[in-house]
Amino acid sequence: MMFVPGNNPGMMADAHIYGPDSIMLDLEDSVTMAEKDAARLLVYNALKTIDYGTTEMVVRINPLNTPYGKKDVEAVVKAGVDVIRMPKTETAEEVRELEAEILKVEEEIGAVGRTQIMAAIESALGIVNAYAIATASKRMMGIALGAEDYSANLKTNRTPGGAELLLAREQIVVAARAAGIACFDTVYSNLDDMETFRKEVELIKTLGFDGKSIINPRQIEVVNSVFVPTEKEINKARAVIAGIKEARAKGSGVISVNGKMVDRPVVLRAERTIALAVAAGVISEEEAL
Amino acid sequence: MRNTKLVSLEEAIRRSGLKDGMTISFHHHFRGGDKVVNMVVDKLAEMGFKNLHLAASSLSDVHAPLIEHIKNGVITRISTSGLRGTLADAISRGLMEEPVVFRSHGGRGSAIASGELHIDVAFLGASASDELGNACGVPRSENAKSICGSLGYALPDARYASHVVVLTDDLVPYPNLPSGIRAADVESVVVVDSVGDSSKISAGAIRDSKNPRDILLAKSAAKVVINSGLFVDGFSIQTGTGGASLAVVKYIREEMIARGIKASFALGGITAHMVKLHEEGLIGRLIDVQSFDKVAAESIAKDPSHVEVSAVEYASGQHLGSATHALDIVILSALEVDTDFNVNVLVGSDGIIRGAIGGHQDTAADSALSIIVCPLLRGRIPCVVPKVTTLITPGKSVDVVVTEYGVAVNPERPEVRERLVAAGVHVVDIHDLAAKAGSIIGTPDPLPFGDKVVGIVMNRDGSVLDKIYNIK
Amino acid sequence: MKEASAGTLESGDILIQIAPAQKGLEIELQSSVAAQFGRQIKEVIKDTLEGLGVEDAYVKAVDKGALDCTIRARVTAAAVRATGKDVWKD
Repeated sequence: MMFVPGNNPGMMADAHIYGPDSIMLDLEDSVTMAEKDAARLLVYNALKTIDYGTTEMVVRINPLNTPYGKKDVEAVVKAGVDVIRMPKTETAEEVRELEAEILKVEEEIGAVGRTQIMAAIESALGIVNAYAIATASKRMMGIALGAEDYSANLKTNRTPGGAELLLAREQIVVAARAAGIACFDTVYSNLDDMETFRKEVELIKTLGFDGKSIINPRQIEVVNSVFVPTEKEINKARAVIAGIKEARAKGSGVISVNGKMVDRPVVLRAERTIALAVAAGVISEEEAL
Repeated sequence: MRNTKLVSLEEAIRRSGLKDGMTISFHHHFRGGDKVVNMVVDKLAEMGFKNLHLAASSLSDVHAPLIEHIKNGVITRISTSGLRGTLADAISRGLMEEPVVFRSHGGRGSAIASGELHIDVAFLGASASDELGNACGVPRSENAKSICGSLGYALPDARYASHVVVLTDDLVPYPNLPSGIRAADVESVVVVDSVGDSSKISAGAIRDSKNPRDILLAKSAAKVVINSGLFVDGFSIQTGTGGASLAVVKYIREEMIARGIKASFALGGITAHMVKLHEEGLIGRLIDVQSFDKVAAESIAKDPSHVEVSAVEYASGQHLGSATHALDIVILSALEVDTDFNVNVLVGSDGIIRGAIGGHQDTAADSALSIIVCPLLRGRIPCVVPKVTTLITPGKSVDVVVTEYGVAVNPERPEVRERLVAAGVHVVDIHDLAAKAGSIIGTPDPLPFGDKVVGIVMNRDGSVLDKIYNIK
Repeated sequence: MKEASAGTLESGDILIQIAPAQKGLEIELQSSVAAQFGRQIKEVIKDTLEGLGVEDAYVKAVDKGALDCTIRARVTAAAVRATGKDVWKD
């Protein structure tokens, strides 16, 4: 998941060419208060217009208790975003508030249930409530660690080894697994130290995370090389893609695999898994078809 | 009587027998720091010459003062490989009555050798010369000021011009040997304060590009090279100097080490990156027509396996002995590529001249595999288009186009396509790339060209490829 | 309506300055791609403002190669700032 500042049209236009699994356009910390309105419009128009291909599109909104949060929800839901990332989530109640806001907009435009939620957990209270947050909504597709705010909240600093984050990371993985959703690790911001970054990606893969948040396209290769899909993942992705083909052949809009209905994000992830496997040389392009 | 060659610039011009209407020539090894062209043409204007044909190996930003000399009739014709800056802008808008003739480096070399482009007087700047005219681009004393390395583009002029004047800012004792420019070809030697601004002749240490798009393009191009079928021990390679081209060398190097493959030679404009690989033993020889940076210029001065080559020996299409005929892989840039794989490196998509043919035509035509690396879009400017603004390198000599949205392979090269697909390269149809660009930026309105021909693009065989019209 | 602006001069962006005008829409455009895209850029600006009900305004646009979606976003932001009428609910 690649973070892209929401007020930078140059970066938003072609972020997908680097092949991240998902792009998170940010309306929160990377946008100044004076530019919140302009960034929101930029993100709205970009989502409506730019063909991001198979990349899953996420927008990090401002908290609902700020003057910007509800407008952010309205804009990005109307623009058809895949996932809303909720910052600084501390309780299940907050998730349900967001869910209600999303539903309001979806009802208005006649697209109920389209938008998923990802909760970023960035405080001690959020970590304590991780499972409650993970299970607060059926829209919840994953939870993510935001380590900068979290380590500040713990009254400590981030270290290369990440000892200060160990409990939070494990708690998030356990909560996500118990809830049956995905989990994503925090960003690593020193672009000049790819070795430490690689070690961190290896660590979080071992811990069980599904993916890593990144701030620059240069970090993608490292993440992809650590997260090479397993045979089991490839087979599962193939089944999903076979389901799509079958649905298309029948002219049906509903895709099902093994009798279960499949959402767009699942389809996207399946396509990404195959692409990643081809890119990593695990399977050839012919085998992917 | 001795020292008859050592004279003032004015005396050298007088001696040369130059008359109105004749052809004078210059090289561009001092790049943006060149002082020779402006100095000599100022003097020619002062002496009252008119109607001269200026045949340079290339012209750049620094030659803007030529605009005045064109207006006052001193210069009425120009031949060059490229034009940039305000001079290019003025010419694109119709400054000259006679169109500028554009040739590739190899094409210029052959035209000079065959007499098609006859040079009456060549004014050749040198980093060092002795009083007899043995002249070179490398330092030969502690006083050396303007160092450019190879003088490859000046060597056809030195050999074939009727009269040769060497200008130097470092006169050294005879014998200044070995030297590319040989005393036997030189009539006069002029000592001047400075032939070039050393800070603008070449960049210092080149930093690796951190632009993620450059890196993406470079990785993709490296993957094409590595899986082209030509990446075997003893291969040869040439690259450009753009951010992406330089980065390609870095990724190819890693794979050369991993596979234990060495290159026999690297050709063309030589950069610090190539010197590094050579010094590591990964490239046998450096065949250098132009030393792009300080490291390359220093290397050619001291390393006997880093050799200077003339534009004719480098890239002439009419001399089968030229080095491009032995070249396996060339990596080139482009302003535009069209769906027939034709390339434009000369005229911007605003219709204004802003580049140079360089060795593009030559290396693309002669190499076993030519790879064009360019982004699909530069801002709102499309680089893959239905039809190039100006045809510089015909599509039949272009094999692969690498963009951030995928790699297109010329349908004439099915075997290359097959290898790349098998290696997992994202191969796309070039029409799809052009359509993708169109879907992102819309369809550009046609450029407001006039009906005055301001430039003629020559093919390397001496035929006319395309005409450039004035932009309104 | 008051004077307002939105956007930046960074590559891929467009700076839109909007000011009240007596009658009609006047658009002044600076762009390195004016020859090929000037007409389209002005059209996008005009359509966007009309969609927002802004009919009388003076617009100065300095374009750095922005895509149409960026132009729409910046024009909307400038117009919202100028008129005080947001496109989103409160």
